[in-house]
Amino acid sequence: MIPAQFDYVRAGSLGEAVQELAADEDAKVLAGGQSLLPLLRLRLAYPSKLVDVGRLPELTGVHDRGDHVFIGAMATHDEVLRSGVVNADCPLVAQATATVADPAVRHRGTFGGSLAHCDPAGDLPAVVLALEGVFVARSAEGEREIPAAEFFVDYLESALGPGEVLVGVRLPKLGAGWGYHYEKFHRTAQSWATVGVAAAVKRSNGAIEEARIGLTNMGPTPVRARVVETALRGMQMGDDVRRACEEAAAGTSPPSDLHAQPDYRRHLARVLTHRAILHAAGSP
Amino acid sequence: MPRMAITVDGVKYEEEVEPRLLLVHLLRERLGKTGTPVGCDTSNCGACTVMLDGKSVKSCSVLAVQADGCDVVTIEGLGANGSMHPMQQAFHEEHALQCGYCTPGMVMAAIDLLRDNPDPSEDAIREGLEGNLCRCTGYCNIVRAVRRGAQEMGQAVRTS
Ligand SMILES: Cc1cc2nc3c(=O)[nH]c(=O)nc-3n(C[C@H](O)[C@H](O)[C@H](O)COP(=O)(O)OP(=O)(O)OC[C@H]3O[C@@H](n4cnc5c(N)ncnc54)[C@H](O)[C@@H]3O)c2cc1C
Ligand code: FES
Ligand code: FES
Repeated sequence: MIPAQFDYVRAGSLGEAVQELAADEDAKVLAGGQSLLPLLRLRLAYPSKLVDVGRLPELTGVHDRGDHVFIGAMATHDEVLRSGVVNADCPLVAQATATVADPAVRHRGTFGGSLAHCDPAGDLPAVVLALEGVFVARSAEGEREIPAAEFFVDYLESALGPGEVLVGVRLPKLGAGWGYHYEKFHRTAQSWATVGVAAAVKRSNGAIEEARIGLTNMGPTPVRARVVETALRGMQMGDDVRRACEEAAAGTSPPSDLHAQPDYRRHLARVLTHRAILHAAGSP
Repeated sequence: MPRMAITVDGVKYEEEVEPRLLLVHLLRERLGKTGTPVGCDTSNCGACTVMLDGKSVKSCSVLAVQADGCDVVTIEGLGANGSMHPMQQAFHEEHALQCGYCTPGMVMAAIDLLRDNPDPSEDAIREGLEGNLCRCTGYCNIVRAVRRGAQEMGQAVRTS
């Protein structure tokens, strides 16, 4: 279908973008358009104006900042996948990004767009939650930082205000000893995760020193599997790990849709968490 | 209405467009490039795939105004001097189409895949084409055609 009418501005600067947004509360940010344009075509959204941030230099690129990696909101999935620093220091991001959509969508869709969109089935939110990234947002009032634990508010709802633009995300480099794995279950190529598990595991002397687990599509927002994280601390690899992962769905409220019912999603969370931990622990 | 400039298949155009005009509709309805079809409303099928500044995109999921100043290549811009591009020829030889609706997008996605991987394995081809749906062929002949097209394009590079 053809989208309903809207106005369009291509912002020439970040300052102009936030002014445009401040002046019109029904205006929306347009990044890669890979989620927004399908919504407009299906007439599920009616913004008055699209503020295109696609060419703003402040939002582009992937930057090595010493103790952390800064991924600009407009870095495309394709750029993230090809980034040396992401592959070296945040391989979990690269692993999850490789499972997002297909090559053509990855050429347009952006890192920031998939986080700001807050789709519970999106792969990157659980990853940024597990890595404890920090979101940098700009509005007409200035810049602020939002920890990942506070960013994902509800179904398709982030902590960004209507006048705020996501500039990028700081991802701490976790350093030596950590291994990573993103385990995604979906029924057809190119489709979204029925359930996904993002795992980062630090081992020392054979045992698990620390584990961080983010779950995709186990509720309206991504969640940490805290019960499992706590149980794994200090654990040797073996049968105990599988038993610990049995608690992966504790405290979650998975959705029911065409792809799966909640009990099946809970089952998937347990199995996939175990797989993700085994892979992550095997590769530090 | 915003004014925009765009190069399509080597020809420059200047157009006044409504912001909501999709790139695929600019191509088909304004510029007469009907070789690029629309197959879905959800950005899933890939029938509308074109090259935008050298990379594959789904032209139903790009606003025309977003492509201001860009270079677009469609299926209609591939052949030269009346002969088909080696990838088009390979689709023909390997019987990689039945109704042909998915073919323009398949050919564009296949050429995009070869930018990174000039000699892709069967698995790499299936992964590379995961954003393109075919409801007729069952994909086997398409995969064979892409392998053949890749070999012929490689040969063309080696002998030129
Ligand atoms: C066929 C298909 C399959 C897909 N499969 C997957 C998948 O398996 N996994 C997955 O994770 N994703 C998937 N996606 C979504 C893809 O990752 C999109 O790239 C992503 O959801 C949105 O990014 P975008 O840059 O296109 O954002 P847009 O569509 O431009 O914007 C999305 C939303 O975020 C807001 N927004 C965007 N950027 C900013 C910013 N900088 N500041 C403030 N707000 C902003 C917009 O206002 C809008 O509300 C798929 C998409 C398609 C079309
Ligand atoms: S028409 Fe563009 S993806 Fe289907
Ligand atoms: S040949 Fe008919 S859809 Fe592919």
